[in-house]
Amino acid sequence: MSERFLMKGNEALAEAAMRSGCRFFFGYPITPQTELAAYMAKQMPKNNGVFLQAESEVAAINMVYGAAGAGARVMTSSSSPGISLKSEGISYIAGADLPCVIVDIVRGGPGLGGIQPAQSDYFQATRGGGHGDYQILVYAPSSVQEIVTLTAKAFDKADEYRMPAMIMGDGMLGQMMEPVEFFDKRDESTLPEKPWATTGTGLKREKNIINSLYLKPEELENKVIARYKRYDKVKEKETMFEEYFTEDADVIIAAYGTVARIALSSVRLARQEGFKVGLIRPITLWPFPEKIFAKRSETAKQFMCVELSMGQMIEDVRLAVNGKCSVSFYGRTGGMVPNQEEILEAIKKLF
Amino acid sequence: MKTVFEKPHSLSDVSTTYCPGCTHGIIHRLVAEVIDELGVEGKTIGVAPVGCSVTAYDFFNFDVQQAAHGRAPAVATGIKRVHPDNIVFTYQGDGDLAAIGTAETVHAAARSENITVIFVNNAIYGMTGGQMAPTSLVGQVTQTTPYGRKVENQGYPIRISEMLSQVEGAAYIERVSVDSIKNISNAKKAIKKAFECQINKEGFSLIEVLSTCPTNWGLEPEEALSWLRDNLMEHYPLGVYCDNRKEKGGCL
Amino acid sequence: MQELTIAGFGGQGVLFAGKVIAYAGLAADKYISWLPSYGPEMRGGTCNCQVILSEGSIGSPLITKSDSIIVMNKPSLEKFETSVKSGGMMIIDSVHVDVKTKRNDVKAIYIPAQKMAEELGYSKLGNMVMVGQFIKQYGEIPFDTVLESLKNHISQSKAKLLEANIEALKAGYNFEG
Repeated sequence: MSERFLMKGNEALAEAAMRSGCRFFFGYPITPQTELAAYMAKQMPKNNGVFLQAESEVAAINMVYGAAGAGARVMTSSSSPGISLKSEGISYIAGADLPCVIVDIVRGGPGLGGIQPAQSDYFQATRGGGHGDYQILVYAPSSVQEIVTLTAKAFDKADEYRMPAMIMGDGMLGQMMEPVEFFDKRDESTLPEKPWATTGTGLKREKNIINSLYLKPEELENKVIARYKRYDKVKEKETMFEEYFTEDADVIIAAYGTVARIALSSVRLARQEGFKVGLIRPITLWPFPEKIFAKRSETAKQFMCVELSMGQMIEDVRLAVNGKCSVSFYGRTGGMVPNQEEILEAIKKLF
Repeated sequence: MKTVFEKPHSLSDVSTTYCPGCTHGIIHRLVAEVIDELGVEGKTIGVAPVGCSVTAYDFFNFDVQQAAHGRAPAVATGIKRVHPDNIVFTYQGDGDLAAIGTAETVHAAARSENITVIFVNNAIYGMTGGQMAPTSLVGQVTQTTPYGRKVENQGYPIRISEMLSQVEGAAYIERVSVDSIKNISNAKKAIKKAFECQINKEGFSLIEVLSTCPTNWGLEPEEALSWLRDNLMEHYPLGVYCDNRKEKGGCL
Repeated sequence: MQELTIAGFGGQGVLFAGKVIAYAGLAADKYISWLPSYGPEMRGGTCNCQVILSEGSIGSPLITKSDSIIVMNKPSLEKFETSVKSGGMMIIDSVHVDVKTKRNDVKAIYIPAQKMAEELGYSKLGNMVMVGQFIKQYGEIPFDTVLESLKNHISQSKAKLLEANIEALKAGYNFEG
């Protein structure tokens, strides 16, 4: 076994990013993701990298745009209100087909909201947030170890599909410490080539343009359709989930991120009491693991979505289940986190 | 036959989309000539704004990134931090730089980001059809100030070069104009100084170029040049506002 | 599985106490989670952290019923007293908490941690006295492992305080109520 470190989710994410070959970080302070930026500020200079505290979230995401267009592995991190500000830039990044990683350590909203854990930005992450027809990859880790593996994957997949990838966590995941093992630092010579990047022509090639403007509608339509063909491939190949006790389950819980851990504890307790209940944990929120929900809707009697919101992922569960089962909801919001007994009670009410 | 005049290599062989009498074309050419003369075309990366020059990536022959409104200095920062030895410049209008992108402009200067900003000030929003700009003069009639810009309502025009000369990180700031042969020649010298400032890694440089918009000013090209001289140059005096390059005088 | 809540005022070293236990758990090859309360309360008000030590993977990092609580001020006793499982344990700093628990179904240990730390000359190390006592009561992590892991994880800026921390831990460990 390689060395186990005890680290906060926010710090582990930063370390995993640097080991993935990310040498550029642009951010703006906001609770509860601060440790991530602080870790970057400390470690980036030692890794021949750049940490820059921007004048605003808006500037930070546009620095990401520039660095991504210049061919670098680059990251920014924020929390809900900051992601609202970044959304404009994310739309441009998607529109210019640039890879980057965006971290959202979600807090309660709307408005300034609170700073406690929440999942009320599921729509913002999976439905765009910014304007236009686009998607971003959204990974929802549920442990500090999974933060590390998904951060590495986010950089690889962002590059592979030339699209932004988001790591979506919450304050609890960002602040908690768990033991974690790291992969070896990525040899930068093994990172993918980016012949499309603006690096200077060196008078040896045609100029490269990074752009999201297409004034001719035919051209823009073609560009968007081509991007959606790529998204189809992402849906086919990159969907991730885990399921527990679903084969014989009458009731299946759908939950992601830290809440999925709490819900899994509840499911185990319910099983001990003889209730046939299972759990599906989407790991990618976009692409949403719709096939497994469709499949389980053949045998399960009903689904219940558990979220730290007023019910957002439930819409995707309903679409996937497509009317075959009823889908109910249990959630807390505003930064409140349900405990396992509370979810257990909600499960029992379904029987 | 001897060639006596040709298009700079840094300009693409396409027609621009600018209106007749617009001075964007001249400014593009000056930038391209300077890049050619400094021999840096192969390592230049431009950043295009939102506004009339949004498609500047079509007109230049080197790598260009198109940026969101006002964000060009942030985008340029990202590029420059990745490629510190490349030449990175933004080309921005007055709405882009002095309204929606004021923060990005000021902070790029404050960090003394080693980039060059070409700031085209024609005191009006061109592409959207002639609305008030942050640099529109008091009394100036635009689509959104049909009774003239009034101080009580829209406040005062911003003098960017003067303002940025107060920022410690600024290395070289000069205001020029392209209304006459002499001023065009001076403008080119200023643009060259700014790029040299970047090549020598001396920090943030900005050249404000007073420019015309005959279409939205509702004037003939010749009249527009006169209006620039009689009005814009009165409010926005030409000159070097800041020179913190090594062994130079400092800001005004 | 051991679900532990540590609570006190901000500045009493509540979070660090939890970290010392978590690092010791790490060295003892256990599954661990450490979850702080975060927010404005970190800057002066009450503060707590939750540590889970387990032989298997940890589901919820959020503790609703604690096996043990370490209580370093009176408001924390009021807040967490009812959340201890029946048969669980409370370790209470009797200097900062001048009342007894109303619970009679838990093992309550009153330890003058603040006074003991001051007697050693380290008024800020009451937290380590409490940790020392917890390690003894918990019994699943050898005391040497705690000392060893502390040596490995104390930050360079605090390295000169290592001996002091160890002394405080020992005093707490050896305390007989």
